[in-house]
Amino acid sequence: MSKSLAGAAVTQTVKVRRSTRSSYVGVAVFAIAIAALAIGPFAFLTKGNQQNLVTLFTYIILGTMWNLLAGYGGMVSIGQQAFIGIGAYGIVYAADNLGVGPIIAVPIAMVISGAIAYLVSFLAFRLSGGYFAIGTWVIAEVIKLVTTQITALGAGSGISLTAFAGAKPEIRIATVYWMALASVVVAVLVTYLLIRSRLGAGFTALRDDPTAAATLGVHVTRSKRVIWVAAAMGCGLAGALLAANTLRVQPDSVYSVQLTAAMIFIVVIGGIGTIEGPIVGAIVYFALEQYLSDLGAWYLVILGSVAIIMVLFLPQGLWGLLSGKGRIQLFPTGYRLISGPPIAEGSKES
Amino acid sequence: MALLEVDAIDVHYGDFQAIYGLSITVDEGETLAVIGANGAGKSTLLKTIAGINRPRVGEVRFDGANISGLAAHRRVPLGISLTPEGRRIFPSLTLEENLLVGGHTKRPGYWNLTTVYETFPLLADRRSRLGVHASGGEQQATAIGRALMSNPRLLLLDEVSLGLAPIVVENIYAALPNISAQGTTVLVVEQDVNQALKVANRVHCLLEGRSVLEGKPAELSREQIASAYFGI
Amino acid sequence: MEWANAIVQGVLLGGLYALLAAGLSLMFGVMRLVNLAHGALAIVAAYAGLVLVQKTGMPPFASIVIVVPLMAILGWVLQRTLLNTALNRQALAPILVTFGLAVIIQNLLLELFTADNQSIDVGSLASSSIQITPDIAIGVFPLITFIVGVLVIGLLQQYLARTATGRAMRATSDDREAAELMGIDNKYVYSLATAISLGLVGIAGVFLGIRTQFNPTFGDATLIFAFEAVIIGGLGSLWGTLAGGMILGIAQTVGAQAFPSSGVLLGHVVFLLVLAFRPTGLFPKVVNG
Repeated sequence: MSKSLAGAAVTQTVKVRRSTRSSYVGVAVFAIAIAALAIGPFAFLTKGNQQNLVTLFTYIILGTMWNLLAGYGGMVSIGQQAFIGIGAYGIVYAADNLGVGPIIAVPIAMVISGAIAYLVSFLAFRLSGGYFAIGTWVIAEVIKLVTTQITALGAGSGISLTAFAGAKPEIRIATVYWMALASVVVAVLVTYLLIRSRLGAGFTALRDDPTAAATLGVHVTRSKRVIWVAAAMGCGLAGALLAANTLRVQPDSVYSVQLTAAMIFIVVIGGIGTIEGPIVGAIVYFALEQYLSDLGAWYLVILGSVAIIMVLFLPQGLWGLLSGKGRIQLFPTGYRLISGPPIAEGSKES
Repeated sequence: MALLEVDAIDVHYGDFQAIYGLSITVDEGETLAVIGANGAGKSTLLKTIAGINRPRVGEVRFDGANISGLAAHRRVPLGISLTPEGRRIFPSLTLEENLLVGGHTKRPGYWNLTTVYETFPLLADRRSRLGVHASGGEQQATAIGRALMSNPRLLLLDEVSLGLAPIVVENIYAALPNISAQGTTVLVVEQDVNQALKVANRVHCLLEGRSVLEGKPAELSREQIASAYFGI
Repeated sequence: MEWANAIVQGVLLGGLYALLAAGLSLMFGVMRLVNLAHGALAIVAAYAGLVLVQKTGMPPFASIVIVVPLMAILGWVLQRTLLNTALNRQALAPILVTFGLAVIIQNLLLELFTADNQSIDVGSLASSSIQITPDIAIGVFPLITFIVGVLVIGLLQQYLARTATGRAMRATSDDREAAELMGIDNKYVYSLATAISLGLVGIAGVFLGIRTQFNPTFGDATLIFAFEAVIIGGLGSLWGTLAGGMILGIAQTVGAQAFPSSGVLLGHVVFLLVLAFRPTGLFPKVVNG
């Protein structure tokens, strides 16, 4: 492989490409899908459909964020529920107590999540590997316990979002649906651009070999902190959407470690370290939840077993399987060298 | 008779091939030195004999038996012991504990704490020092002593002189005759050619993973060695 | 004086945390694996004790004699099957696999035993205590827990320091490949470490089941407390872990005395303070392998 490229470099021109033919197809498919989803509430989506899709969109955002952390930043967090909870409380507080309206409240909730994530990173980053994982969990527990001490936030019993009161249900549900659709598009795109950026190339180096990356001048801790804060803002966004969708925030559910467990399952099932993986994973997870959740605890036993099997025997996940181990990329994040004229026919691709 | 036969092995690290069709035979009781520049494949050869690396092609035979597929920890009871490059002393263990770990397999023989301390007197005084706090010379002596504690039939020494002061190297090599005197076969890898020629009965020179010169030190000229070493 | 009492209770509670933490710490020390199923496994041990006591009517302390070897065997099997495989995969695999395992165990327990709170009944022992001063009473059972905790940690310490296998474990912890070159089978050492770790979890789990009401979700808090004790004490030092367990215990009991219902939160706060100001723990091992 490398030999033929080196040989080609001497005799032929070499182009550096990021896009592939499949990525053009991918963009087109996604654009059509998003357009269809956007007009859905006028045409073919019931209120129930829309609420379910908001849940799916939230899962996609959550999976994308956990993948950003673990798949690109090498950080396994079990404490992302902290930022989901902050986002959920944040939207309620901003919309109801500050009276900014639910749509403006979303970015406010995200900023609060990001700010708290920035602060706690100085504690969490003192740990690494598995201890980092438990450390983030402790931090999430502390944030939950502190939240339940605050009377203005409803203490242990939680609060309701009232900013939508007075709006017709179909208007409210469609508004939240469009917010969620826009959010998922933005979250995936921003993550994609972040990974494709110069910083992102450093992230990949960081994941593959932190020591080597550090000697090459990648500022390890700063890069990790950027990822950490970005992922927390994404989780805050997801939390805000959950609150807007259900109108109710309860500490035991928004701060539940089950949410992070869901994120992990989504990423592991879909495929870690790709943009597409968590999207596929979220769809599968959502479907499994719809059909298997009446199995009760057995459902999670099955999910846990599937996750372990995937980690050990199919680490590239379902997307890795579907894409033929990464040859098809809808969101190309790397660079590829393509030699000479033959690429016009696309013979070297996919 | 041959104690160790390395028979036409290829060794790879992932896509990188470090050794090409290398064959080496070591007779019982002899001391063979393998010399060569950085990256010639010397350490890889020793690691392959010790079982850390596996040959993709070819065989490693010890005492007539094919051991190519045997895990490293199963080769120690057979009598193969490697003093790894960089010494690899256990930092949180004392020097004496390092030696005791060397005797983990309880292979019977001449070597025990007492005989190791006789051979390396400096260790006797430093026995309770932690590995991490020991000097380079102490670490190297411990590393060799640790390997001897398993009473090996074949002792593999990797870059004993690396990073040590000449006087310390002298001291450590002074122990070698005593080791050979117990009937131990020694395969030593050295970048320091003079040192290698001094101690060895026979020398192999490796270049880019292939053996390019072999013979008794007395029969080889400086020029032959230099051209084999540098590949000119 | 109620403060002094709270401190005493905290110290005693620390013995239990130290038992839990020692196993977590041992596995991490030997193979750099953080077992996220550690807490869930402690609850398995608690249920095992409960079932033995309820079905056979054996005395609770006698159940330990059966639970500990069972847990040790479980640990051995777990290491030979799942964990060794996970350790050979990419860096995140052990964390993800043990997390998945925790989820599986917790939900299996929910199916088997429901979410109801249960407790292992030790009869009058649960309430008997020794009056030290008019204000300080030491519960007999917490005292037994503490003594067992200290003894077990002392034994483990001696085992690691003085025996050949203990030495092999420390060598493997320092440098796995060099240990292999000494003829040490790292898979055997890993399995032994996990067996010992889960044996300790077996003792701790039964004590926990006697001490408090528990249900399948208790594994989460158990894991967190064990982890906090390890970090407060400092990595790699068993006596540090015991001290870490006691400090966490004191923080929780004194915290609960000061702000009822916030004991656990204060334990977390002490952990975070240690992380902020002494990230290597209060009693770190001098040498880092």
